[in-house]
Amino acid sequence: MADYMRYVYLGVVLAPLLASIIAGLFGRSIGRAGAHWVTIIGVGIAFILSSVAFNYIVFDGGEVFNGAVYTWLVSGDTRLVIGFLIDRLSVTMMVVVSFVSWVIHIYTIGYMHDDPGYQRFFSYTALFTFFMLILVMANNFLQLLFGWEGVGLVSYLLIGFWFKRESANQASVKAFLANRIGDFGFVLGIAAIMTYFHTLDYAQVFQQAPLMANTTIELLRGTAWPLMTVICVLLFIGAMGKSAQVPLHVWLPDSMEGPTPISALIHAATMVTAGIFMVARMSPLYELSATALSLVLVVGAIGAFFIGVLGVVQHDIKRVIAYSTISQLGYMAAALGASAFSAGIFHLVTHAFFKALLFLAAGSIIIAMHHEQDMRKMGGLGKYMPITWITMVIGGLALSGVPGTAGFFSKDAIIDAVGHSNLPGAGFAHVALLVGVFVTALYTFRLIFLVFHGPERFGAEVRKHVHESQAVVIVPLIVLAIPSLMLGAILVGPMLYEGHFGHALLVLPQYDVLAQMGEDYHGPWALVLHGLIGLPFIFALLGFGVAWYCYIKRPDIPKRAAERAQIIYNVLVHKYGFDEFYESFFAGGARGVGNLFWRVGDVALIDGLAVNGSARAVGWFSSIVRTIQSGFLYHYAFAMIIGLLLLLAIFVHGIL
Amino acid sequence: MFATTPLLSLVIWTPILGGVWALFAGEEQKHTAKLLGLVVSLITCALCVPLYIGFNTSTHQMQFVEFAPWITTFNINYHLGIDGISLLLILLTAFTTVLAVLAGWEAIEYRISQYMAAFLILEGLMNGVFASLDSILFYVFWEAMLVPMFLIIGIWGGPHRVYATIKFFLFTFLGSVFLLVAILYLYFQAGSFEILALYDLPIGLTAQKLLFIAFLLAFAVKVPMWPVHTWLPDAHVEAPTGGSVILAAIMLKMGAYGFLRFSLPIVPDGSEAFDWLMISLSLIAIIYIGFVALVQHDMKKLIAYSSIAHMGFVTLGFFIVFRIIDNTGSTEGATRGMEGGLMQMISHGFISGALFLCVGVMYDRLHTREISDYGGVVNTMPHFAAFMMLFAMANAALPGTSGFVGEFLIILSSFEANVWFAVLAAMTLVLGAAYTLWMYKRVIFGDIASEGVAKLKDINFRETFVLGAVAVAVLLFGVWPAPLFEVMGPSIQHLLQHIAQSKVM
Repeated sequence: MADYMRYVYLGVVLAPLLASIIAGLFGRSIGRAGAHWVTIIGVGIAFILSSVAFNYIVFDGGEVFNGAVYTWLVSGDTRLVIGFLIDRLSVTMMVVVSFVSWVIHIYTIGYMHDDPGYQRFFSYTALFTFFMLILVMANNFLQLLFGWEGVGLVSYLLIGFWFKRESANQASVKAFLANRIGDFGFVLGIAAIMTYFHTLDYAQVFQQAPLMANTTIELLRGTAWPLMTVICVLLFIGAMGKSAQVPLHVWLPDSMEGPTPISALIHAATMVTAGIFMVARMSPLYELSATALSLVLVVGAIGAFFIGVLGVVQHDIKRVIAYSTISQLGYMAAALGASAFSAGIFHLVTHAFFKALLFLAAGSIIIAMHHEQDMRKMGGLGKYMPITWITMVIGGLALSGVPGTAGFFSKDAIIDAVGHSNLPGAGFAHVALLVGVFVTALYTFRLIFLVFHGPERFGAEVRKHVHESQAVVIVPLIVLAIPSLMLGAILVGPMLYEGHFGHALLVLPQYDVLAQMGEDYHGPWALVLHGLIGLPFIFALLGFGVAWYCYIKRPDIPKRAAERAQIIYNVLVHKYGFDEFYESFFAGGARGVGNLFWRVGDVALIDGLAVNGSARAVGWFSSIVRTIQSGFLYHYAFAMIIGLLLLLAIFVHGIL
Repeated sequence: MFATTPLLSLVIWTPILGGVWALFAGEEQKHTAKLLGLVVSLITCALCVPLYIGFNTSTHQMQFVEFAPWITTFNINYHLGIDGISLLLILLTAFTTVLAVLAGWEAIEYRISQYMAAFLILEGLMNGVFASLDSILFYVFWEAMLVPMFLIIGIWGGPHRVYATIKFFLFTFLGSVFLLVAILYLYFQAGSFEILALYDLPIGLTAQKLLFIAFLLAFAVKVPMWPVHTWLPDAHVEAPTGGSVILAAIMLKMGAYGFLRFSLPIVPDGSEAFDWLMISLSLIAIIYIGFVALVQHDMKKLIAYSSIAHMGFVTLGFFIVFRIIDNTGSTEGATRGMEGGLMQMISHGFISGALFLCVGVMYDRLHTREISDYGGVVNTMPHFAAFMMLFAMANAALPGTSGFVGEFLIILSSFEANVWFAVLAAMTLVLGAAYTLWMYKRVIFGDIASEGVAKLKDINFRETFVLGAVAVAVLLFGVWPAPLFEVMGPSIQHLLQHIAQSKVM
């Protein structure tokens, strides 16, 4: 192995970290421009070095790097380290993360232009990039957890970036706690691995995993649970939190309280895909548990369809895209469940570009509308902001999976893969994903029509100021629009069928749906032709048609439909009641239990009864005894005589 | 090089003599008293440097041993020595005392020289506890330590300090009486007060059980374990900032240290017989107290409860070891649990100390600890808010902070004892984050909530230094805990090998 590569890998993580520290600690002295320059350079270095690593591993066929950077601690015979695993999967993630992050740093110059927390923002985003890279480059579960919680921290800080807003603060705590519930499972999964594998090192765990395929664990006395299923389900609970899978998805729509650039970077392109990446990374474990795969598949499909539907009734432009993100993460999870790990990662990559594009375009609109996010107050913006409009349409086409765009290749591969899967639940998942395409096209074009077409629904005051955004905002849109269109065709062959990921992803032959699909693969253009007559595209066209009819042709229909199907509409507006349930049951319940334990347990029983009670008892007893000490001689004489008589009686009758 | 210098005596007696000097200095020279406090605590810190450098991390043997006959009639000796466990706690004590002295720099307005004296004397006594190898000497330091703390809360405390001090004193004193009984019983069995000699003393199972309960009564109060914890929130609320810092950072560690030094090695079979009790109480502390912390409206009470929950991890880590050894047949997993427990002790010293310092910073300005009196502090105190964010995250055991290390290791190893222990312990991930971040949100974030908050001044140089010093420790040992494990490793492993063997006659 080329020796200098070790330093390249180190540089990838250290450059953004250093940039973040400089911008964070010395933000005042280096000024606003200083802060954005230092972080853009830092993240830029990370991107360039990631590309070097990508080139080395993928094109030059360089050796996989798996080694420690330093020893975190040694306890007994266990050595826990910070170390990197640089293989075809991690270099792919590194390039995507650092590139999207870099583009978004540039965009932020425009978006956060007037914000007083400018330096702080850049420091956070660079720190995020550091943690995300740590996460994808980890060679062991400890470091995975480091990155995992680190990105969660920065996400928390950035959702609550505008800390004067109560709603932002609520959302940030909610996000952190929802993620912590996921981490609860995640940490237990890691504990299970430590218990049974005696190591946290990926390579060693993966190597031993097949030997553990039949190991069981006794969760309840007398019951045997397959160890691999337990581990994989626990780890997936972590992914549910981070990657916003039902039922832990509730934090992601609220995370839109944060500034738009981080909605694009953290809550669309990178952090939320960490769970997807993690499951793919753990493919040697998941392949050993059909139950866990099935769970991932079904949970993913539920999110892909049911949460996607919610996007149709949202009025806030960013929330529409947020629900879309949950839905797309569902697609990725479904791919993982079908053992099409590379399809999941492929969709992760294309999604990173087109979803970041959609968010940044939305941000461009929000700037133009002076931080108005309600689509009911927009309309007809296309002529004012042509570039934003075109790029957003490109993003929308990719999201809807129109043949030829990036999203088409990855999403169709997922739907196809799930169709080929024989796992329990695959049938349901296949239908959910297909209908999900209809929903996706519907909310996407609803958004585009409401924002860019139709009558202008804003006042004259706004109209005066509406104009296309400045270059630092527009250029990133264009930069992201190009891969949103082209990347799919370029990557589909290598990533899905030509072994781009090499040995990084493991699929057992009996689950290898992609291999079956590969037999019919004749290049991207054949796929496009096939896609044009395929079921998903028909669903997408239907969605487009309905959106056009309801929002351009007959704009009165949505309102009437909502009135007609009031019950369904209410269920959707209340997001199936997840938030209400969590708020009253978990948050309220925890406070109730807390008050019960405190006021009854601590204050009344322990302190009131036991502690102060015994103090009072002593006081009461001594107050009684005190009265005997009267000081009168005849009282004492009387007591002595009685005592003497008693003693005599005892002796005489020989009681003792 | 340091072999001939009685370093341990120096770290014990330097602060005590310094404290006595401060007492005699009188109240006229306020500045001198402060300076004296600072200089003496810094000198003690400096004395710890050769202690750390000269410490041999490849052996579990007691080091820097000093021996002198004290009361020969009863074979009581002035016998000092430290292993990796004591060393870390002495270092923590020396470090924390400097912070406590600085915390009272401006806030304490009367009897300053006595205040400084109390802290210095307390420091010496605490170091004495950690360095004693003679059980009577240990007991003397152990009880003497109560007096300065009693005075610190009683003289410089809040409005309900009398109730708090009496509660504090009675709770801890009552427990300690049983410790004395146990020590005397052991003396009549072994003919020696030497702690290390007691390790090799075979004891019957019933006697071990009784001894364990006697030790437990003394140590559980100090930790404190549920249900003998209720003195702690009261004591913290009334104590001045420096008192809270020492109380949380060091005095709570005394109980846990007692388990390591007395209960586990002297009565291992007794400990094993009662491990179900210890594990239950620890898990109750983690979960029950976590819920209680959630609904507190006094910041200090909240942190006090959080301390109890975090100390629950320490006792959990110590007492799951028997089950792990039973389940796995080796001490490997148990090592993680016990080292995690000790790490948690050290880290909790930093984090709870820092959080009490943070509350102190706000209390000095607004003279209230009620969460509802604050809100939007970040607007006027951004630097302070950044520090407190770090400590809040450390309290929530975020990886990269020292708070993560111990809890992570203990959750890992409790899985090896019993899956459900791990499940219950891991609930702290949610509960700890919930009460800490919810408090942080209400105090720090939001728009400026009151005129008082609007007038707040950000932390000054002294406060920045104090919080910065802890911040460095929290981050350093979060990112690189290896040095601490290197020090504690041989001692803990030896302890585990020792307790894995039955001592029943």
